Amino acid sequence: MSVTNAQNAKNDDDASRLPEPAEPVLRPGSGVEKRRNLGVGSFILLGVGAFVFLFPFYYMLIGSLQTAPDTSIFGAFPNPANITGANYVQINESINLFRGLLNSGIFTGGVIFFTVIFGLLVGYALAQMKFRGRGVVFGMMLLVQMIPFQLLLIPLYVMIVRDYGLADSFLGMILPFAINSTAVFVFRQYFLQLPSTLFEAARIDGASELRILWQIAIPLVRPAIVTAVLLTFIGPWNEFLWPFLVTKEQSLQPLAVSLANFISNIAGQAGNPFGAILAGACVLAAPAVALFIFFQRQFISTNIGSSVKG
Amino acid sequence: MSLRSSSGNPVTGKPAGGPADRRLVPRKRKNFLGPQPLGLLFSAPYVIYVLAVLAFPLGYAVYISFHDFFFTAPRVKVDRPFVGFENYITVLSDPAVQRSFLNIGVFMIINVPLTVALSLLLANALNRVTRLKTFFRLSYYVPYVTASVAVVGVWLFLFQQNGLLNTLLGPLAPAPSWLVNSWLAMPTVALYVTWKQLGFFILLYLAALQNIPDELYESASVDGANKWAQFWNITVPGVRPASVLVTLLATITGANLFTEPYLLTGGGGPDGASASPVFIMYQRGLLQGNPDVAAALGVVLVIGVLLIALIQKRLVGGKED
Repeated sequence: MSVTNAQNAKNDDDASRLPEPAEPVLRPGSGVEKRRNLGVGSFILLGVGAFVFLFPFYYMLIGSLQTAPDTSIFGAFPNPANITGANYVQINESINLFRGLLNSGIFTGGVIFFTVIFGLLVGYALAQMKFRGRGVVFGMMLLVQMIPFQLLLIPLYVMIVRDYGLADSFLGMILPFAINSTAVFVFRQYFLQLPSTLFEAARIDGASELRILWQIAIPLVRPAIVTAVLLTFIGPWNEFLWPFLVTKEQSLQPLAVSLANFISNIAGQAGNPFGAILAGACVLAAPAVALFIFFQRQFISTNIGSSVKG
Repeated sequence: MSLRSSSGNPVTGKPAGGPADRRLVPRKRKNFLGPQPLGLLFSAPYVIYVLAVLAFPLGYAVYISFHDFFFTAPRVKVDRPFVGFENYITVLSDPAVQRSFLNIGVFMIINVPLTVALSLLLANALNRVTRLKTFFRLSYYVPYVTASVAVVGVWLFLFQQNGLLNTLLGPLAPAPSWLVNSWLAMPTVALYVTWKQLGFFILLYLAALQNIPDELYESASVDGANKWAQFWNITVPGVRPASVLVTLLATITGANLFTEPYLLTGGGGPDGASASPVFIMYQRGLLQGNPDVAAALGVVLVIGVLLIALIQKRLVGGKED
């Protein structure tokens, strides 16, 4: 209880300090307690839900530590006689986890880099600068989010792999995801909340637009950057199809691709294939899960809601 | 105005390469391009990116689908004749493609309503509790933020022939088991994707629920409406715009299905019973070297999604339209 209250207090505090996105912030404790407190049924429903959502992750961890796969009900509990780290060694021998993590990191980092640099520029321009064509750029940003990736698959493959020869390169992996339009939208929404008089005053004082952006605007929207980085992170880190098509060379494959190849091709050769698969799965899942637990306050309904609704 | 522009440009104009002429003819240009023409420069990288990497391939996809297109080495000039609807005829008469559309239909019939119902129920419940709220919210995101490739591993483990689920079900366990049963493979994939994506849709509904004024619930309970009646008569109509969005996004996710049939059912098995259109695109286009047919399949798929989305908007959007 005290934890949640502290949480709420923090949220409220944030709301007063920071620019709020367009949608109202989830703010428990503002006179709706009465309705919220009658939820015994809700609580049970949520508990069952949480179990269904979390159990596979728990089972993933347990399974990755088992010497022999135990699919009985007892297998769902830690058994000291059946615990080993050998699965991690096994998967590491097959697919080099470190190299996979590094490749995933470069791929994801590249996408985040381009998204933050160019996204902040265009987000700021869309929110606080008046120029001819601004409406066109804004409309374009909204439309782009509707483009289905499956339609781009073949032409992008033809262009990037065949025409530009970017197969087995990080640039080829990054290019289709380089600037995340949802993140651009988040930046624009946050910049829009800043009073335009602030920027007019800075312009009159002779500050250049880049300096205004760097020294005034960006420090005020730090939470937007965290949100956008988180949103952007999930895409490339978890992406399978595109890097799978682009990278044939194992030393360049992101972990999601090398693990998938392990699942579909070589798992049969491992002594405890499920143990090895689950060990790899834990390594792939851990950074994303840890990041989201750590920054979970930045990833509240508001951010997503405002970014998707358009 | 002039003060602003003359002091603003010398610094930021530098990397642009052409600040000189802008400084010489400031007023006319300025007014034509707006008070902060630099905005164009700030937007330029993004605009170029969108045009080159997203908009151009979109048109290129349609072009490929109407031509006899095949892979060549880079910079080789070949004749790729216009073939009209030939690729489309090939696609639509391909039994594997027909099967994949049937599969994705089964997928959507299970996935979309289940997603809408469960995410609304859970979001509504989440909106009511105060205890453990952060914990619940987090536990719902976890599958959404985790790579499908990772979670597929544990689902394979749970749903295999002698996996935990079948152990628990005992004699009720289906034979052949879930993922190798041609009747159950696609529904299992649909359940998996519902589970995986639900956290995201719960977030959308949570945002939408904040827009329903509390007075509505208060006056309803004064009038003696029970909780179920309140949910049905206030919450459900109140989040209708979000429901339209959730059905649309769930449909798009479904149409993009690839990783799950590729890994969970070992390449759309058993015998194509869980192959998705994107999986067939990959097979026909990249494995068998017919990008023209694959591009046509992509166009057909997108048109299909648009049609479904229109129908859904009518059904879910209700009288508001």
